[in-house]
Amino acid sequence: MIDTEHVKCDTCTAPEPMELDASDEASRGWPTVDIETNPYKGQFPLFQQHPEIAFLDSAATAQRPACVLDAERDFYQCMNANPLRGLYSLSVEATDAIAKVRQQIADLIGASQANEVVFTRNTSESLNLVAKSFAPTVLEPGDEVVITIMEHHSNLIPWQQVCRETGAKLVYLYPTKTGQLTTEEVLAKVGPKTKILAVGQVSNVLGVENPVKNLGKLVHKYGGYLVVDGAQSLPHMPVDVADLGADFFAFSAHKAMGPMGIGVLWGKMDLLNAMPPMLTGGEMIDSVTEQDAVWAPVPEKFEAGTQDAAGIFATGAALDYLVNTVGYENIQAREQALVHYLMGELMQLDFVQIIGSIYWDNHHGVVSFNVKGIHPHDVASIMDMDGVCIRAGHHCAQPLLTWLGVENLACCRASVAFYNDKADIDKFIAGLHHVWSTFNG
Amino acid sequence: MGNLYTSTTFMEHNSHPDYKYEMDAPTHEHDGINPSCGDELTLQLRVENNVIEEASFTGHGCAISQASADIMADLITGETVEEARRLAELFLAMIRGEQLSEEDLEDLDEAAQLQDISHMPARVKCAELAWRTLDGMLTGQNNQ
Repeated sequence: MIDTEHVKCDTCTAPEPMELDASDEASRGWPTVDIETNPYKGQFPLFQQHPEIAFLDSAATAQRPACVLDAERDFYQCMNANPLRGLYSLSVEATDAIAKVRQQIADLIGASQANEVVFTRNTSESLNLVAKSFAPTVLEPGDEVVITIMEHHSNLIPWQQVCRETGAKLVYLYPTKTGQLTTEEVLAKVGPKTKILAVGQVSNVLGVENPVKNLGKLVHKYGGYLVVDGAQSLPHMPVDVADLGADFFAFSAHKAMGPMGIGVLWGKMDLLNAMPPMLTGGEMIDSVTEQDAVWAPVPEKFEAGTQDAAGIFATGAALDYLVNTVGYENIQAREQALVHYLMGELMQLDFVQIIGSIYWDNHHGVVSFNVKGIHPHDVASIMDMDGVCIRAGHHCAQPLLTWLGVENLACCRASVAFYNDKADIDKFIAGLHHVWSTFNG
Repeated sequence: MGNLYTSTTFMEHNSHPDYKYEMDAPTHEHDGINPSCGDELTLQLRVENNVIEEASFTGHGCAISQASADIMADLITGETVEEARRLAELFLAMIRGEQLSEEDLEDLDEAAQLQDISHMPARVKCAELAWRTLDGMLTGQNNQ
């Protein structure tokens, strides 16, 4: 529960449970979805091309359904023209197409207006935009930026940089070894000096969901801002930026069935308005003189140069597929069932060490582990021989692996999406037996 | 590269390396690391009259890096410094995808079975760690 002695706020009269460390408590419903049948795989051309593989690396990048590939092609085939500037109907159509996707994303994440949605290349660029353009407008020497030790480098290095430049201090929240942020830790670290709290909604290594909403409430009491890295959450759970209390929210299309090279930064309009552009040049100005330029309004101000319009159009198709064809309810039910089965099978292998929580429902599509005495790169290479695609390495989270004391600063990671099925998991488990027998006779 | 993991001799170099120990009186010592993998290796040589009388390594890493180091230590023991440099250069060329002559491949002996690694960019660094360390050590020596 929020400690009302420490946090004076207008909503304190009826504080919501903070649930920072309650998720290890039992009371779990077991998923009942049938993961043996798979209505989705057939919609993904890559799986038709490679029927032999078990793709368990969707946290790195998802596969794309045919409708997304078609959309990318349709753009070039039917409406290709440079958006924004052209005065002929093709260009107007391309401009409209992008505007529609902007509105679609605003509706999806609960933004109050489409113009708050800025297109970037990826989550990294979105977070860099916040750190490089927004942060210097609020940070003074001695101020604090708070992040968690489980952040992806994308939500870590930009803050290191801006702290160095502004004289602010980078402060880390350390969860329990299984990834739960405790109330004590949060209250000890977030305070009047906290100007920015930047947190991944779901960890790409531990799979744990962070209590973003409560963190937001807390940082707002102190007049700070909440930046949410949604790269691992938006593809798997509904997001409402207003409900989360976010000031900025970043995600990538390519983890959400969309094309690579499209990222989104949503921000509150007044904050975006006050920020200088990070990149300057074409398509981001109202007027230019020899010595000066007037920026275009948000979001064009942040979208210098010709955008990947086909990619944005295909992102629209991807999100439409995700939300309307499959639906978050199905995605969540199926992914929970897959993780439940995967964790259950993994826990039976005495040569496998799970990294993070041993409870399946603390893993949002992501399970990291190591095989005793075998380097993760060897594990991944041998699994590859069996057609099982997993990630091995530091997962762009070196400070986390250092803090966890993971040997070699590397681990294996299996991550699922709704298009996986029981056969994929079985193949994965068989692959692990193969890895073990390769090294241990 | 799959056949590496199924090769008993190759896997033996990983599980029971003959040359993985700390040497008593090395004349040369050099560290090598792969920051992206966390592999760390210290290579030690005892060179007398321009001949590598003894080679050993310590450290940790994946099977590919460990077996490759053991194979290398075996190969260069008893060779002149110049020959060891030549072998290291051959190996590094092979692992980066250059086509070697039959003769050169024969000179690399057991190390030649790592040839397939060149098709796995992510594992090239693992395979070449010991050899890069050797190359750096001997090149450094020549510069002195």
